Amino acid sequence: MRFPLFLNSEVILLSEVPLLKLENIGKEYYGNRVLSNVSFSLMRGEILGLVGENGAGKSTLMNILFGMPVIGATGGYEGKVIFNGKPVHFTSPTQALAAGIGMVHQEFSLIPGFTATENIQLNREVLNPSLLEYIFSHRMSTLDRDAMRARADTAIRTLGVDISPDMVVAEMPVGYKQFIEIAREIDREQTRLLFLDEPTAVLTETEAEILLKALKKLAESGIAIVFISHRLNEVKELCDRIVVLRDGEVIQEADAKTATVREIASWMVGRAVSEKTEEKPQKSHVIHDETALKVEHLWVDMPGETVRDVSFEVKKGEIFGIGGLAGHGKLGIPNGIMGLSPAGGNVELFGRRIPLNKPRRALDRKMAFVSEDRRGVGLLLDERIDWNITFTAMQVQGRFLRGIPGILQLRDDEAMRKETESLIKLLDIKCTGPAQHAGELSGGNQQKVCLAKAFVLQPDLLLVSEPTRGIDVGAKTLVLDALREYNEGHGTTIIVTSSELEELRSVCDRIAIVGEGRIAGVLPAQRPAEDFGLLMMGQMPHDEMEATA
Amino acid sequence: MNKTGKSFWALLADNAVPIVFIVISAIAIPLSGFSASYLVQELLVRIGRNSFLILSLLIPIMAGMGLNFGMVLGAMAGQIGLILVSDWSIVGIPGMVLAMMVGTPIAAVLGVFCGNVLNRAKGQEMVTGYILGFFINGVYQLVVLYLMGWVIPITNPILLLSRGYGIRNAVSLIGVRGILDNLIPVSFPFMGGVVRVPLATLLVIAAFCVFIVWFRRTKLGQDMRAIGQSQSVSDSAGIAVNRTRIIAIVISTVLACYGQIIYLQNMGTLNTYNSHDQAGMFSIAALLIGGASVSRASIANVFVGVILFHLMFIVAPMAGKNLIGQAQIGEYFRVFVSYGIIAIALVLHAWKRNRDREAARRSLRGPAEGAKEAA
Repeated sequence: MRFPLFLNSEVILLSEVPLLKLENIGKEYYGNRVLSNVSFSLMRGEILGLVGENGAGKSTLMNILFGMPVIGATGGYEGKVIFNGKPVHFTSPTQALAAGIGMVHQEFSLIPGFTATENIQLNREVLNPSLLEYIFSHRMSTLDRDAMRARADTAIRTLGVDISPDMVVAEMPVGYKQFIEIAREIDREQTRLLFLDEPTAVLTETEAEILLKALKKLAESGIAIVFISHRLNEVKELCDRIVVLRDGEVIQEADAKTATVREIASWMVGRAVSEKTEEKPQKSHVIHDETALKVEHLWVDMPGETVRDVSFEVKKGEIFGIGGLAGHGKLGIPNGIMGLSPAGGNVELFGRRIPLNKPRRALDRKMAFVSEDRRGVGLLLDERIDWNITFTAMQVQGRFLRGIPGILQLRDDEAMRKETESLIKLLDIKCTGPAQHAGELSGGNQQKVCLAKAFVLQPDLLLVSEPTRGIDVGAKTLVLDALREYNEGHGTTIIVTSSELEELRSVCDRIAIVGEGRIAGVLPAQRPAEDFGLLMMGQMPHDEMEATA
Repeated sequence: MNKTGKSFWALLADNAVPIVFIVISAIAIPLSGFSASYLVQELLVRIGRNSFLILSLLIPIMAGMGLNFGMVLGAMAGQIGLILVSDWSIVGIPGMVLAMMVGTPIAAVLGVFCGNVLNRAKGQEMVTGYILGFFINGVYQLVVLYLMGWVIPITNPILLLSRGYGIRNAVSLIGVRGILDNLIPVSFPFMGGVVRVPLATLLVIAAFCVFIVWFRRTKLGQDMRAIGQSQSVSDSAGIAVNRTRIIAIVISTVLACYGQIIYLQNMGTLNTYNSHDQAGMFSIAALLIGGASVSRASIANVFVGVILFHLMFIVAPMAGKNLIGQAQIGEYFRVFVSYGIIAIALVLHAWKRNRDREAARRSLRGPAEGAKEAA
């Protein structure tokens, strides 16, 4: 028997030990550092806001804490995770769940045809005792539906919402599904820490309010919450503390009550703001008053990049940028306009309507597209460079052919070779010659072939998606310069879609930021980076918005 | 008004196949001139003969694996059991039970094999299962045509080909013929005739139905339903997806083995090299005619299907003969309809999936679509 006094002090001690403590967490993927020296701690019942741009390392950090197999498969991680006072090292999500870490993902992981009850209790069903479970396994026992329903009801009520446990998930409004996800996590008795990845992204304002209230209630009951969101207002309202990640490092740890939204945004995007803006070359191209492309109420059903309602205009000769966080629909816009993903709405090029969902019609109207999916959509990897470059022009415009049109036409190899050689020179494509297969080139040179293919079409409007994704720094500059030169030389209107804000700011005249499938705002590229950061986070820099509109 | 109209058409579209068959039967029954008692008798016999085989398809559908064309594997296992039992001259119910006992391990092994293959061909379970049926048919022929009487001792010369090994094309199952059907003799007068009821067989089938109802309520059944709707969600919830899918196929294969034994005890002869061939296709066609789809099937679909499918087979030859003097039209219909109905079901499945996807897409449009309509 111990002294009661001693016991008391131990209790006090326990509550002061952080529930989760990260010490110098680091992670490298194939020599590419994505996290370094991340340390922070989290108390019981505390709500921590984790914010950062794409690629800041949020998801890697979550994967580490949740024991996702991808971490172990790529060489593990550095540093120490201390959960509930004990050092832990999860190698599978099941272990993390058993330890009491729950996670609500950005995408719903619910079974559509099941009721709320069945989903909340998925694979944790209450079973009737049965003799068969001794002979075979517990899976031969029948479900105790009444007990399941009661437990589900309790979990839903804990959240402070009123959803029938018998409602089928497929028939629920989106907001309800989010609540069911969370109810599933808190139905686990051992859950002590809950990760929420962008839980409000799909909710309406009222639904989001209810959710925030529910989360506060949960925190009061002692569950610690890590809240990941790009809506800084919500983060500020809900969280006790905010941790800002940038380029894999903790940039700032701040009290949510005192930090302003503007401060947080600038911490997030603050990287090397001055460096590129200084060296930006003087633009010498002409922007006409004529509207080249007019997009009205465009929706695009591109998996993972849904566009809900987008309208914008691009002037002739302009380089127009589309930026925004991954998954918010910026890639859907060019894919929808070019007819590659199911789309609807009104798109006009020089005043004439472009039929959607028909790539051929888009090409006929002298639009060209450099896809973000270089190897899948952009290139025929097993074909020669010259065939790749001239293929679309041959198919759509009937060029590089000789003979009698409509009766007998043959490939004009000589013309193809000449055109290809001049483009290889122009874009500095590193290859053995026009006959080399596209699949053998490096990523940067493949991208140049894609650009060459678009240039051959002599487009009026050039759409370029993620032009520098996965290519090295030197090639990046070349590709961007090639775009700028082509614009200046031919007066071509160009729309560049990219997740790299700095890149957009260096080549574009104006940049539209897409958030949740809608245009959050359009700003001139000269505006400071944090303004774009604010737009990405769903914050309009109101004061100056009107001046530019 | 618009809404009810839509739902009426949706209902019609969802049940198009059974409705077409009801219409065909309604026209063909009077044309055939068969008496009601004859029709009822024939239908009872065929329900007893085929229902078990068709019921064995339900569990893989529940697990999202589509129509189990691989059930042919189970049918082959059942036939091997019956051949051996005939050779050992074990007759009656013990013979049938022994055939099932011999067939069970073979069917289970084939089921595990089939399940493993299907796990490697996710999304293409049906065509893979179908081709797997052809492959295992080759192995079956090797065993029955070469190994039996040579490696596997077969003593009864009536079973063997004259060359001394290999089983004859037709095996008389005199020892087990009708043994289950006539176990409990029941008959009743019906509209001027006497109808005999294969009561024992129907009881076995009823027991099977109870098993399925119970199975759906077990944890394993719930897991299968979850996997059937989303493998990734089930996986992240910790359900052993691949293992459960294998279990579903094993259960189906073993039950198809029993189903084939029940089928053959009714027929009384085994067509060594053909009987199993069409077991899968006719069962699947019957299930689809009952209103089932690739992803959804119920016990009611089984019985509606077996009644409508076989009603047409009974009346079509006579109706054809009375109408245009050709009895072959019945056999023609049998094959034509089976393949046709499977093709239609697959097309309908794809069409419905696209329709649902389109409906899901509509929800994305939000204000954009409204604005277009207003303009």
